[in-house]
Amino acid sequence: MEKFTVLNGIVAPLDRANVDTDAIIPKQFLKSIKRSGFGPNLFDAWRYQDVGEPGMDNSKRPLNPDFVLNQPRYKGASILLARKNFGCGSSREHAPWALTDYGFRAVIAPSFADIFYNNCFKNGLLPIVLTEMRIDQLFHEVNAFPGYKLTVDLPRQLVLTSDGATQVGFEVDAHRKHCLINGLDDIGLSLLHADEIRAFEARRRTEQPWLFG
Amino acid sequence: MTPARAAAPATLFDKIWARHTIVERPDGATLLHVARHLVHDGSRAGFRTLQERGLRLRHPERTYGTPDHYVSSTSRALEAISEPHRREMVSALSANAKQHGITLFDLGDVRQGIAHVVGPEQGITQPGLLLVCGDSHTATHGALGALAFGIGASEVAHVMATQALWQTRPKSMRVSVNGALGTGVTPKDVILAIIASIGAAGGVGHVIEYAGSVFRAMSVEGRLTVCNMSIEAGARAGMVAPDETSYAYLKGRPYAPQGAMWERALAYWRSLPSDAGAVFDREVSLDAAAIEPMVTWGTSPEDAVAVTGAVPDPAEAASAERREAMTRTLAYMGLAPGMAIEAIKVDRVFIGSCTNARIEDLRSAAMVAKGRKARIPAMVVAGSGLVKAQAEAEGLHRVFLDAGFEWREPGCSMCVGMNGDLVAPGERCASTSNRNFVGRQGRGARTHLVSPAMAAAAAVSGHMTDVRVLMAGGA
Repeated sequence: MEKFTVLNGIVAPLDRANVDTDAIIPKQFLKSIKRSGFGPNLFDAWRYQDVGEPGMDNSKRPLNPDFVLNQPRYKGASILLARKNFGCGSSREHAPWALTDYGFRAVIAPSFADIFYNNCFKNGLLPIVLTEMRIDQLFHEVNAFPGYKLTVDLPRQLVLTSDGATQVGFEVDAHRKHCLINGLDDIGLSLLHADEIRAFEARRRTEQPWLFG
Repeated sequence: MTPARAAAPATLFDKIWARHTIVERPDGATLLHVARHLVHDGSRAGFRTLQERGLRLRHPERTYGTPDHYVSSTSRALEAISEPHRREMVSALSANAKQHGITLFDLGDVRQGIAHVVGPEQGITQPGLLLVCGDSHTATHGALGALAFGIGASEVAHVMATQALWQTRPKSMRVSVNGALGTGVTPKDVILAIIASIGAAGGVGHVIEYAGSVFRAMSVEGRLTVCNMSIEAGARAGMVAPDETSYAYLKGRPYAPQGAMWERALAYWRSLPSDAGAVFDREVSLDAAAIEPMVTWGTSPEDAVAVTGAVPDPAEAASAERREAMTRTLAYMGLAPGMAIEAIKVDRVFIGSCTNARIEDLRSAAMVAKGRKARIPAMVVAGSGLVKAQAEAEGLHRVFLDAGFEWREPGCSMCVGMNGDLVAPGERCASTSNRNFVGRQGRGARTHLVSPAMAAAAAVSGHMTDVRVLMAGGA
């Protein structure tokens, strides 16, 4: 997994609440057996004017000029600013795969759906929760200033504006932070606990034998 | 569990969490043991990760599979899945199950069906155990007093390799519904009313315990419907404390404990309900008598109103942001502010999904369809082969066929449309499923979430109809 320490990048605003994972990456793309290559179909139904199907040459498809990611000022954005309950719905991990493949490394929102939130950390994507008031202010600033950038400092748990005038702290679980900063993957870490898992299972077999029929 | 902790009043959730904790790190991350893992035809990425990393599936005997998302609803033959990529998802599950030695209820096996219908039906889901599945509707299984939640592909691979999962402890919420439900008001209406009340993000970061007289009086199948949609309120999981209703449901099911083991299990299950005085981070309560048959008008499950109500007016929205979202929603749904819900004309009806495809759901829909004729295309997709067989033994399929409904083969079908069962662009569907998201049932599809009885009522009248009027012999 790609490490995450400090990120400085252009912010793209997606001003809608309850963005579900099917909007992030529609169902017809889930049949791919790869984990990469989903970026061109990120927000497919909003981004293009035609109906997207796997195997199409996306560079030839008509773009929806009103969709925020199609506006030149947000080209190369690596931070997505979103509204509450981002990533709700289906548990598909293709959602963080599509966001990272497109180039996003952080999403800032007032709240995230739990499964999506977990899935982000497995894929080097940092979900940041800030207050509604702070999010409103960021939307205002992003809209007002073309080329608006933020710095996300994971080790210090800070979001900083480019002029350094504003620093906002955010919460992140220590374990997840550690894994993200070091690019560690859970399976490797858990296998270090193999003895404890074995001991737990032996105890369980005695206490709850009906689960081992 | 230390004596000190055992002394403090604990919730159902607390007890299951403690019972499954293998390692608790000082930073709060907890390695939990997974008692049961369900896989389906969308779990392919998990198997691939195992293969790539040269890992074996640690406990095949605790892993159960069934294909549901990509299967055809017209035939049980694999060849009936005409689109090659879909067919491959289903055949890959068979191959992976064989390779890793897991129990598979495959196409052609009468036990095949939607994972969240099959788990409880087979007795795989039991009180007090931790169950996960790579599907967001795994919350369903909490109806039997299990802790059950959906996970992503990386976590699926992690469970396959270790039979464990790293989690951070969620907060707890108790949703109490007391009083008596009116005639024609079903578990689906209860959960839609709850979501409308707390919002689609209302349960984020929480596990919900449903409590109160309504859930005590509810059947296990009704509880499954309620817990299923916990995720639509943003909750990690939903649970109902096990009781005599749960034990009677489980007894004799193929994977439930038998004989002396049943007695031992029962003693443990009886210790699970939340202790008196247990504290929840949040408490919500609703009055059962105030709940009416519900219909969603928008593109989030929180957009639900009583069938006797009207489409809300964006002009009355609390904020500019909400006004804009509602305007966008009404444009997508093709509805006008103030329009009576019962005036909404419907083009198609879908009765099925992990929310509402169990035998009680089908009985409830059949009671409305009996002796009437569908005015619009309507399809019924049983949740499993066993539900379908039971319905046929009761003659329900005859009722549906005589009323002009289609009678299809088990799977997720038109709830998610991944098998090709789609609602056409602009078409309006009364659906017993769980999500009314933009494009969920097909690009441009307009979904109204309702109970099975309300879906049948819409089918026989061609528009949204208060099922209570039909039940009273009207219309």
